[in-house]
Parts: sequence; structure tokens; C-alpha cells
Amino acid sequence: MLHITQAERDGVLTVSLTGELDHHAARAAIEQAEDLLVLYPSQQLILDLSGLTFMDSSGLAVVLHLHRTCARSRRDFAVRGAPPQPMRVFEAAGLPQVMIFEKGE
Amino acid sequence: MRALVNKMSLKFESRSVNEGFARQAVGAFVAQLDPTMEELGDIKTVVSEAVTNAIVHGYADKSGFITVSVRLFEGRMLELKVKDAGCGIENIAQARQPMFTTGNDERSGMGFTIMESFTDRLHVRSTPGKGTLVTMVKTLRERARDQ
Repeated sequence: MLHITQAERDGVLTVSLTGELDHHAARAAIEQAEDLLVLYPSQQLILDLSGLTFMDSSGLAVVLHLHRTCARSRRDFAVRGAPPQPMRVFEAAGLPQVMIFEKGE
Repeated sequence: MRALVNKMSLKFESRSVNEGFARQAVGAFVAQLDPTMEELGDIKTVVSEAVTNAIVHGYADKSGFITVSVRLFEGRMLELKVKDAGCGIENIAQARQPMFTTGNDERSGMGFTIMESFTDRLHVRSTPGKGTLVTMVKTLRERARDQ
């Protein structure tokens, strides 16, 4: 199961994903995050993945999709706090070379 | 040929809700080898990738069964097979290319790349109209015992 929560502060929208991000959950994650970007017209989107317990290549699709959406709407985008297992998937795909990955707080 | 230590197989319907079931079940089975967290994460990830491919591509326009089987050999070697009786892959070399996908927006085209980088060997056998068998082999690192 994947849970999605959001917090907005000073123009920064933080969307947090908790649980398992796989193909079964990816479509809902993309749609909900897109809806939140409409609801909160922020300057920056932070995707907080510190609560993920599993992620496969479907997570790459989610991150790439949000990265593109933010680029089109001139928002900054960053991934925050990815645990070791999701980070190995991101690194195997070379994503840290093309977007910002922040350590967790 | 290495001696077989243990084996199991699972057969389930091609529903996306079963992706989690498949990787958890395989993870629980390989736990007897006492893998590191990283090795266990790698194994669950490749199971998830192969099962998702079978659901999204193999059974794109019908449903059917997926069989996941694991064999454990001496020397901490494991062999993982994911088999479907779906539509098959016309061009395996193309399917294995990074970023190639015939799927929709929630697919990245990186499934085979992840499977290749997280295992030691990957082999794909597929017959259009008959189905696909993905075989992966991984040898786990030796662990220090009872410290």
C-alpha cells in the first residue's frame, strides 16, 4: 500500500510517499501528485520519499513524470530522503545525474 | 553443476495487486540464506520488475497465470524464473534497451536495465503468441557466522 500526504509552506509543496511504490501504486501516485500541483500553485515541489519501504522502476516513471511537469510549469523539483533500496534503483537508472536528490532531514 | 539445496514455486493470477505478494513471498523464501539488506532489496526489486512486465506486457489484453520459481544451490547461488503464457516479445534485444517501453505513462522502460544490474546473469526466452520466461541468477556474498 502507498499513502500520499502533502504540506505546503512558503511556496514549497512537499508531497510525501509512504509505503511501497510499484506499478500497482504508480498510476495513483502520478494522478494525486498532479492534482496537488493544481491545488497548490507553489514555486517548488519536493517529493519526500523517506517513508518508502520499497520502490521498483515504476518509481522512476513517477519521478520522471513529476520532473517533466515541474520543468514545463517552471517549478523547481527535488527528491528528498530516498532510503537505500529506492536509491539503488535511482542510481542504476542514472537519475541523480539529471535531477536533484537531497538527503533526508 | 552445483547441488540443489531447496526450491519453491508460486502460481498466481496476472493482477497488479499480486506484484507485492510475489516479491514478499520470494523475499521470505530467500531469507534462509541470510542475505544482506541490499541483496534482499535487489531480489525483491527484480521479482517486482519481471512480474510487472508479465502483467503489463505479457498479459496486456487478457489475464492469465504467472509462475515464479526459485531454486537455491550450494554456494549461496539462487536462480529465479518468472514465466507467463502471454503474448511474448517480438524483439527481445529492443525490449532490453534502456528507456524502451511499449507501456504507458507509469512505465519507465528501465525494468530490464534494473534486472541486469541487480543480478549476475539474465536470460530471456520468448515465443510470440506463446509466452515469456525470464531467468535470473545471483550469488549472494558469504556472511560471517555467529559473531
